[in-house]
Amino acid sequence: MNKWLERLAPAAFGIIALSVWQAAVTLGGVPSYVVPGPIDIWQAYLDGYAILNPALLSTLTVTFAALAVATAVGVALAVAMAASRLFRAAVQPWAVMLQVTPIVAIAPLIILWVPQPFIALVVCASIIAFFPILSNTAAGLAATPQDLQDLFRLNGASRWQVLFLLSLPSALPNFLTGLRISGTLALVGAVVAEFVAGSGGFASGLAYRIIEASYRLEIPRMFAALVMLGITGILIYAALGLLERFLLNSRDS
Amino acid sequence: MFSLRTVCKTYPNGTQALDNITADIAPGEFVALLGPSGCGKSTLLRLLAGLEPPSSGEIIWENNQRPAAGDIGFVFQDATLMPWLTAADNVYLPLRLRGIPKAEAAAKIQTMLTQMGLADFARAKPKALSGGMRMRVSIARALVSEPMLLLMDEPFAALDEFTRHRLQDDLHALWRRTGKTIIFVTHSIYEAAYLASRIIIMSPRPGRIAGDIRTAIPEGEDRRTSPAYVNLVAEVTHMLREVMPHE
Repeated sequence: MNKWLERLAPAAFGIIALSVWQAAVTLGGVPSYVVPGPIDIWQAYLDGYAILNPALLSTLTVTFAALAVATAVGVALAVAMAASRLFRAAVQPWAVMLQVTPIVAIAPLIILWVPQPFIALVVCASIIAFFPILSNTAAGLAATPQDLQDLFRLNGASRWQVLFLLSLPSALPNFLTGLRISGTLALVGAVVAEFVAGSGGFASGLAYRIIEASYRLEIPRMFAALVMLGITGILIYAALGLLERFLLNSRDS
Repeated sequence: MFSLRTVCKTYPNGTQALDNITADIAPGEFVALLGPSGCGKSTLLRLLAGLEPPSSGEIIWENNQRPAAGDIGFVFQDATLMPWLTAADNVYLPLRLRGIPKAEAAAKIQTMLTQMGLADFARAKPKALSGGMRMRVSIARALVSEPMLLLMDEPFAALDEFTRHRLQDDLHALWRRTGKTIIFVTHSIYEAAYLASRIIIMSPRPGRIAGDIRTAIPEGEDRRTSPAYVNLVAEVTHMLREVMPHE
């Protein structure tokens, strides 16, 4: 009973909130160019899906390309940092610095420097997305059980054998946790980059449609695009969560 | 098999773990290193395995044969299996690291698992095994490379009494059958007395050898209750009481 209630709670909360929202807008007579109600937003989606759906696809392409780049760079850096203390000392502060610098501040430079808009967007999104993969994977590699490392040494294992047969597999759970966080960050990065690039960029992603709609005061369409982004974020997070559960379960039992 | 000559070990933080350890170990001996925590018995095991160098003194191997990769089997306090590998693949590890193809090792792995009573669990992952079974896999893994020396660091300390007794029985039988040289670290007087052919008693801070007893308990069913065993336990208990620091 309790569990059943828990499952339904998010949907129920959503429906109640939407109803309250719609009621407030309708009863208060708020015009839809200030705050549109859920029905207006839905209508805007139905009117504009021929533009909005391809826009979402475009943003998703950037997101997943960025996630792939972030994974490759994050794991490679983590492995190098685990292998060499010197490399770790040299690189770690710069990685943190890149992480704390707001992407909006660097994005214009990247868009200026990288002539190909798609690549520029992917670079921006990757910069945001790689850090959780790097730090989680590095933590996992550093936590490789000492006894097992000793066992490998006793049996004359090479560094590569330790890496591929022991350290990387034992860091897999940490990596997957990082991947899940990075997945949503890649989406954020893609949207931010599109915003900064504006019409000078790819000019086809959801963020660009949001800007465009705001210029034309098509507020319901703006909301429709926002809702699509939100749902996409949730789906990416949930899908990567499922992937994590599935991989670890099928591997360890 | 090897001799320890005035071996000392001091850690960089100043802790003196071992002080002047001298002993000769003959091939085929089952030596229990017995002592309270802090007596350096685990450190001694790591020195023997070559995982750490002694600060001074030396370990002289018979015929000058320093153990090569796989010549030493090591069993840790935890089973330390890799959770993503089946029991068979965990046992395969030492051979895999030496580049022996799995097909070639398969028969050997199965023999080892059977020897440890795990014939039917080759394809099971560690998660699905009990604590005692995991330790059996760990022992099979240590033996698969046919090491000349088996080092065991309190391997049964985390198991319940019944499981521990059965593993002790099996380990003792295995030693009798194969004649392997075994160094077994423990802080249990009963375990040392039951298993070993020789008990080296160590005193703590710094770790020193405080006694060296060769045991002679008749083999057989009632080994655990025989008068010789009970007398040995009493003797070791008295020796330990003398060397224990008063707290």
